[in-house]
Amino acid sequence: MNIVNQLQRQFIDFSTSLHREGFVDDQFTQLQKLQDENSPDFVVEVVSLFFEDCEKLINNMARALEQTQGVDFKQVDASVHQLKGSSSSIGAMRVKNACIAFRSFCEAQNREGCLRCLQQVTHEYSLLKNKLQTLFTLEQQILAAGGSIPVVD
Amino acid sequence: MKLTKKFVGSVCHREKLNVPAGRAQMAAQGRQGGRKSNKMTALVVDDNVVNRAIHHRLLDNLSIESEAVGNGKEAVDIHCSGKTFDLILMDMDMPIMNGIEATRKLREMGIRSMIAGVSTRSVEHEIREFIEAGLDDYQEKPLTMSKLISIIHKIKG
Repeated sequence: MNIVNQLQRQFIDFSTSLHREGFVDDQFTQLQKLQDENSPDFVVEVVSLFFEDCEKLINNMARALEQTQGVDFKQVDASVHQLKGSSSSIGAMRVKNACIAFRSFCEAQNREGCLRCLQQVTHEYSLLKNKLQTLFTLEQQILAAGGSIPVVD
Repeated sequence: MKLTKKFVGSVCHREKLNVPAGRAQMAAQGRQGGRKSNKMTALVVDDNVVNRAIHHRLLDNLSIESEAVGNGKEAVDIHCSGKTFDLILMDMDMPIMNGIEATRKLREMGIRSMIAGVSTRSVEHEIREFIEAGLDDYQEKPLTMSKLISIIHKIKG
């Protein structure tokens, strides 16, 4: 098996594991299918936008939850709602699910619960970031070796 | 936030057509506005940067020219400036002016474009309120190519 085939095999196995472990869902596959010669970096660009947005929203949530005078749960919820929306749009399933749990603690105005959820969301975001960076690196390696990126359905 | 003269009281200075809001009459009226190309045009109205990027890409793949704004008020403003679009993809939850208010305002202004509501809301009465504001179609997020294609088929009649 030559280098391209090896890398492609690795890519397929890794992609499959991302789906199996729930890091990404079918929506992510949909985005990959939208990428073509006219927009060869679409997935990387959208994912970068997502991570930037994620960081901003997580900071907003943390700041709002730190307020000693009284937490504005509506504000926290607004940020969680945003993050739920964007994570759903890119297929970041575990981040999205963490947001769903988070929203119920916001509704219950439970600060401790919210702080735990914030930790969970931050954790899922870090995990996903690492996973996708690995995926993108594999893609680059395949292309550099002259191969094409397999479509994993 | 300063309220400009335009938005105090009634809508912007644009002829109000007393046509009841409801189903788009795109097929009968044909294309709106004067445009040099034959490409369809769309306006993406969403407060989330990731969604705007994805919706733009989906439209681009179908050779539809699109612009994006971040809330309902910007959607109204862009129409006040004289622009019209074949399709408006309208998010529901947005700051300053949400999708329901924006849809109502656009219909009051006489905008006959296809307005498709795109939202994560799943509660029936909330969706109904959105539809009754003047939507021609409603799709649950996340928007996919097949959902977008079904919206566009409605325009073509």
